[in-house]
Amino acid sequence: MKTMMLIYEGPDGFADRANERAQEYWGAWSAYTEALAAAGIVVEGAVLQTPESSTTVRVSGSDRSVQDGPFLEAKEGLGGYIVLDVPDLETAIEWAARAPQTPGGGIELRPLLEMSSAA
Amino acid sequence: MAPRVVDAAARESYGRLLALLSARSDDLADAEDALGEALLRALRRWPAEGVPASPEGWLLVTARRALVDGYRRRTVSQRAIEGLAAEAREGAWDERDAFPDERLRLLCLCAHPAVDPGTRTPLMLATVFGLEAERIAGLFLVSPAAMAGRLVRAKARLRELGIVPETPRPDELRPRLDAVLETIYAAYGAHWDTAFSEGVEPFAGPSLVGLARGVAAMLPDEPEALGLLALLLSCEARSPARRTPLGEFVPLDEQDPALWNRAALVESEAALRRAAALGRPGRFQWEAAIGSAHIERMVGRRTGGGGWAEVVALYEALVLVSPTIGALVGRAVARMEAGDAARGLAELDALPPERVATYGPYWAARSEATRRLGRTEDAVAAADRAIGLATDPAVRQWLQLRRSGLRAVAEGG
Repeated sequence: MKTMMLIYEGPDGFADRANERAQEYWGAWSAYTEALAAAGIVVEGAVLQTPESSTTVRVSGSDRSVQDGPFLEAKEGLGGYIVLDVPDLETAIEWAARAPQTPGGGIELRPLLEMSSAA
Repeated sequence: MAPRVVDAAARESYGRLLALLSARSDDLADAEDALGEALLRALRRWPAEGVPASPEGWLLVTARRALVDGYRRRTVSQRAIEGLAAEAREGAWDERDAFPDERLRLLCLCAHPAVDPGTRTPLMLATVFGLEAERIAGLFLVSPAAMAGRLVRAKARLRELGIVPETPRPDELRPRLDAVLETIYAAYGAHWDTAFSEGVEPFAGPSLVGLARGVAAMLPDEPEALGLLALLLSCEARSPARRTPLGEFVPLDEQDPALWNRAALVESEAALRRAAALGRPGRFQWEAAIGSAHIERMVGRRTGGGGWAEVVALYEALVLVSPTIGALVGRAVARMEAGDAARGLAELDALPPERVATYGPYWAARSEATRRLGRTEDAVAAADRAIGLATDPAVRQWLQLRRSGLRAVAEGG
């Protein structure tokens, strides 16, 4: 089953990408993604820039708005994603528990909706 | 040391002791006074006389005597006094009184053959410790919905079969002993892994020790029950030294023995000696003996490779009866520490890849073994894998520090 790991950083998580903890931060993520790759379960993934770099476009009827910033304003922000192909949810949960999460962050596991050709 | 034991006993057993004391008297306040008196006496006497083998039992007897004395000073029916005095005199005390009867009943229920083995420990955590399905799911890394479902099905099955919690007789407990011990052991393992997590109150290690104690007391001729008790006590004893005040990981060899709980170590050794005297070794006794050998190695007179040679020998015995991946990796590490890194690495190489692919300690061991053999690049790669597999941030951080050191060596040439 394919599932997406949505990686949420805690309030201080993004700062660790560039402060005195940067080496530890990137080292941990590098090791983690290598372990995932070694397990042969990665479909694809990417690191995202910080939430402030987002642009949000909303269209409702003829109302259009373009705003700087993420869709959801929160202390936590989406930092990246990895799509896994695993035998079951338990396996995905075990791997999510290994990710180097920052305090206040978390990993959401969302199964992909598999589109089959119409019956 | 002793005040901490008194405090722990008070926190853990207060309600139960109070219930037992006030069963005879109608006055809860009297029972509270008596228990308070017993705790005071413990604080005064245990530092000098040593902590008794069962603090709860001692407190119960002392509190009962205080209750009797208190009644004598007042006008109470003679029969009530005689009844209490008889109880207080009863040899030492009945282990079953001091032991959490209700917990043992529930534990035996959870270890019933009708309960799926993988659900026994979760069921025990739910019933004996009142943990919610969601928290149990977190301990075992499964979805809360799935865990709740398992618990509901297990309970329904027991109800279907008409099985209810009841105090087991020793001959009823004996056939279920393996399952009971495994259940306690697995719960302690879950506790050990999460003992330092922030925001999650761990169910107490001492409570699990108490369950192990009760099982051992009920079956004093079963060495594995004593072995498990010795093992858990040994782990509990070393627990205070596992993290620095800042929450950093402290590996065993860097722990300060002064931080270990001496009373628990003494009780652990005593239990292990009683087990050994029964002459039927088993997995838990070997594990406890390994713990004991580590402690002896660190504070005893044996230094250098000598202490580790004993640890290797004990691991050899353990893997014969229980070749778990943890034991096999542990043996390889001990082999390396005893001076034979090449053989240690060979033992690691011999493990089936699918069993170790996601087992962090294997990679940490491999990193150290290759480092000692001068294969620094292999050591860095293995360290990377160990870091990628770590679930505990404190352990991950420690591994990363070591890897930095390794990389510096690798790059320095």
